[in-house]
Amino acid sequence: MSYYDFLFVIEVLVGGLLSGVMYSLVAIGFVLIYKTSGVLNFAQGSMVLFAALTFVSLVERGIPFALSLLITLAVMVALGFTIERTVLRPLVNRSPMTLFMATLGLSYIIEGAAQLVWGTQVHGLDLGIDDTPFEVGGILISSFDLLAAGIAAAMVAGLSAFFYWTRIGLAFRAVADDQFAALAVGLRLPRIWGTVWTAAGFVALVAGLLWGARLGVQFSLSLIVLKALPVLVLGGFDSILGAIVGGLIIGASEKLAEVYLGPFVGGGIEGWFAYALALVVLLVRPSGLFGQKTVERV
Amino acid sequence: MAVQALDAARLPIDWQRLALPVALIAVAYGLIPAYASSYLVEAILLPFLALSLAAVGLNLLTGYCGQLSLGSSAFMAVGAFAAYNFNLRVEGLPLAATMILAGISAAGIGVVFGLPSLRLRGFYLAVSTLAAQFFVQWALTKFGWFSNDNPSGVISAPHLAVAGFSLDRATGRYLLSVTTVIVLTALVWRLVNSATGRNFIAVRDNETAARVIGVPVLKTKLLAFAISSFIIGVAGVLWAFTYLRTVEPAGFNLDRSFQILFIIIIGGLASIRGAFLGAAFIVIFPLILSRLGAFLFGGLFDSGVLDMSQRIVLGALIIIFLIAEPNGLSALFDRLKRRIGSRSS
Amino acid sequence: MTFFSHLKKAAIATAFVLGATAVHADEQYFPLQSYRVGPYAAGGTGFFGGFIDYLNLINIRDGGVNGVKLTWSEGETQYEVEKGVEVYERLKSNPGIAAWNPLSVGIAYAMIDRITDDKVPLITINHGRTDTTDGRVFPYVFPLLLNPYSETSGIVNYIASKEGGLDKLKGKKIVVLYHGSPYGKETIPIYELLSQKYGFELSQIEVPHPGNEQQAQWLTIRREHPDYVVLRGWGVMNPVALKTAQKTGFPADHIVGNVWSNSEEDVIPAGDAAKGYTAITTQASGEQYPVVQEIVKTVYGAGKGNLEEKSRIGSVYHNLGIVNGILNVEAVRIAQTKFGNRTLTGDEVRWGFEHLKLDPARVEALGAKDLFHSINVSWDNHEGDGYVTFQQWDGKKWNVVSDWIAPDWKLLRPIIEKSSEAYAKEKGIKIRTAEDAEAVVSN
Repeated sequence: MSYYDFLFVIEVLVGGLLSGVMYSLVAIGFVLIYKTSGVLNFAQGSMVLFAALTFVSLVERGIPFALSLLITLAVMVALGFTIERTVLRPLVNRSPMTLFMATLGLSYIIEGAAQLVWGTQVHGLDLGIDDTPFEVGGILISSFDLLAAGIAAAMVAGLSAFFYWTRIGLAFRAVADDQFAALAVGLRLPRIWGTVWTAAGFVALVAGLLWGARLGVQFSLSLIVLKALPVLVLGGFDSILGAIVGGLIIGASEKLAEVYLGPFVGGGIEGWFAYALALVVLLVRPSGLFGQKTVERV
Repeated sequence: MAVQALDAARLPIDWQRLALPVALIAVAYGLIPAYASSYLVEAILLPFLALSLAAVGLNLLTGYCGQLSLGSSAFMAVGAFAAYNFNLRVEGLPLAATMILAGISAAGIGVVFGLPSLRLRGFYLAVSTLAAQFFVQWALTKFGWFSNDNPSGVISAPHLAVAGFSLDRATGRYLLSVTTVIVLTALVWRLVNSATGRNFIAVRDNETAARVIGVPVLKTKLLAFAISSFIIGVAGVLWAFTYLRTVEPAGFNLDRSFQILFIIIIGGLASIRGAFLGAAFIVIFPLILSRLGAFLFGGLFDSGVLDMSQRIVLGALIIIFLIAEPNGLSALFDRLKRRIGSRSS
Repeated sequence: MTFFSHLKKAAIATAFVLGATAVHADEQYFPLQSYRVGPYAAGGTGFFGGFIDYLNLINIRDGGVNGVKLTWSEGETQYEVEKGVEVYERLKSNPGIAAWNPLSVGIAYAMIDRITDDKVPLITINHGRTDTTDGRVFPYVFPLLLNPYSETSGIVNYIASKEGGLDKLKGKKIVVLYHGSPYGKETIPIYELLSQKYGFELSQIEVPHPGNEQQAQWLTIRREHPDYVVLRGWGVMNPVALKTAQKTGFPADHIVGNVWSNSEEDVIPAGDAAKGYTAITTQASGEQYPVVQEIVKTVYGAGKGNLEEKSRIGSVYHNLGIVNGILNVEAVRIAQTKFGNRTLTGDEVRWGFEHLKLDPARVEALGAKDLFHSINVSWDNHEGDGYVTFQQWDGKKWNVVSDWIAPDWKLLRPIIEKSSEAYAKEKGIKIRTAEDAEAVVSN
């Protein structure tokens, strides 16, 4: 392999890792909710769409950036609490499958509402981040992706701090460990769930802004969940660390596969490669890399 | 539901229970072919029948055997494209044989993608069935052979005939469709009331317990995948040959899989009748909603608002069903029947 | 579209329906399978808006086509095939149907058998099955102006004109980035054919649907150092391609978009990354053309305009709708010269489409000079040899940057016939002759 080829591999790898961070960003929203309530929240994608669309519509109506951000955050918090109250609470103690299907219904409602309120036009989203690439030792790096990775890292650090050092965070971890024990010691589950959905709304907002800047804000923004699902499977549904590591692995390997394996089968394999990879890992570790193992009882 | 199914198997033939199906068959073969308008057949009955059958197939896997699958439309696609190719490449193959071979192809692919179920549970399995969804669509688009190198990658329904009778007109296609659905549904009904059906339910309710009492769990799961995919594959043939007539791989996308999943949720898990009720609901409800909306609010809102509201209403209904009637339309139907029954007696 | 503007528009729409469905002796009806919501709503509102605007213009300004009023009604499909079929079955019993115009590949596919039975034309302007160009096998399907093969040839001819002639293509390198769908793959053999013919290096790279991640593809492109990248995209794939091109340092003005990558909706989400990007079109953008001006004056002036945001007048999809309106109306007019100024049957309108010849002089008389070039449909050529032009995005609007370019139709015809004849054989269809085409079913 020549030096030039070697550089190219590194370049693909770096690009893949940076894309992977973007997948993790979406995946973390799933993990937060799964960890506390055992729900695979399929509506996370539509929450991302809803957040981005609300934000961009506000900005286009001449509301300043910071204020729009604040309003959108408030809307997402309200949405989180509403979901907790109207969907989750009545479904408490139902099977995880029922809850999952409820979130499918939820995603219809949120997508419909987003388009009903804000319309179906496509929007560009300019976060004021310059996206000219720069070179480091012959490797091209996108400044936007780098910044996005930085923001994602900051968000993860912030969330971790929140969950480790605040009372509500402690309660969150208690619930995640054992719901019944948490109830027994008098923790108020609904409040914790409300908080978690709020946090997921916040993650959706951040993901929506960064992905919106990459794709434009439009209906297909909600499709990014399809990129996050294999990450979740690989990392384990209930591990934030898993979401991050999973995202990096998926991002890097799917790019390398597309570039080096793709040509042998005609290309375009990225769509299913991530799923196939996740599947292979699962066959070895059925709960993902970092997921909690379930104990079977009769 | 499990208890009910067991009861049904133990009872001798109950004529009262058979009255409704017999009446339905009379309508299906008597009234509809004679009087139904082309709109009713082409726009409502044909999609309804194909989706019902797919829902019966998925219900077997998800409702009875407890394996959540998000890849149904991939198996429909396999069925449709397999039928097209068998018909094209094997001279003089009878239609029934084509459909069975298509079903077997789908069953084969179903078993392959069902293999992970031996190790995986719940959402891990559900997400891994998405691999089927994306892989099948990729393969069908990638390799031109599947569509006989049609430049636009689409397949068209062949001339349909059984024993020399042409079934190309709307009524003929309807009869083909309804017969297929009735035959397969009857077989599924027998299956769920057999020992195999009870094994399915045992695996769903508690896998470890099932293993303890001697149910061959692995075999049962793969069998569920195979039979379910067979039925869904045949549904795909109906979708492509009797309903749309020319289809592209993109027509069998993830939205279709979700649609079928919604049908069995709304209709009722582990209920054959539920698959039909749910499919009727999914096909007809949006039409009623948009007509009703146009009638009531036509002057106030334009069609765009109404159509977007439809999505919201559908989503809300799914949630309401899950909260208020977890066993779906089927259970609602039973309650209604009981109430009417108690009043009349 | 927002909630409140919906309300406002609803009032207008109601007024419309009343105006459009009032009883007239002779009426020609256009059933519209429109999509104003769902993922592709932006294109649907533009196209059907332009189409309706033009029909309105003919009714208001001319009192219809030779006294025959044009009517229409809409059914929402959300671009979904089943909904399209439902709308078709619902509207097909209306009297005096001129033609169907779904602007959706999936819906058009599902209608081919049905409209052939009904003997009513199906117009798939700029898209659709390539082999329906062959009128010998598909008597009722019309991929007017441009099919995917002609588009390919048009793009290569444009690149050649930029390089100074077809002979200058030798040794150049072109990458085609295509959407991972039958639509995207359709032109693979044609690019290969042209690459052999003109001696340019070619590499075709697939982007899996939906195309929201293209890092790997663009890094590969960067390594290959092509002179041009042809973008054969769809939906979100387009802005992402332009963004990722910027990210990997490929200049936007060397990216040439195809006919589904050429609208405002494709470039606006990409922001500044789209500046300089060029794309093919059969109809130029802008509102400076007399016919568009008349629509602004007559239709929008009377408060009957269909677009609720007037800023979208003259956009790519709106002008495509207008051109589609011109072609439909002229086909009816031409058929009237043979069958009389009355409500025509679908088969009579089919005859009209098969004699739809609008030379540049006629196009100018219609007020559409420079909006589109010309069309020349015949019984066996249902595309009608449309010319293409290229527009560059300047960050705000599209500007025409080329002459009208003719694709190499002669080269493509045998390939199309091979495919349509295979279809005819598969389905047991008798290949039509010119004589068959003259046999018209009235009533």
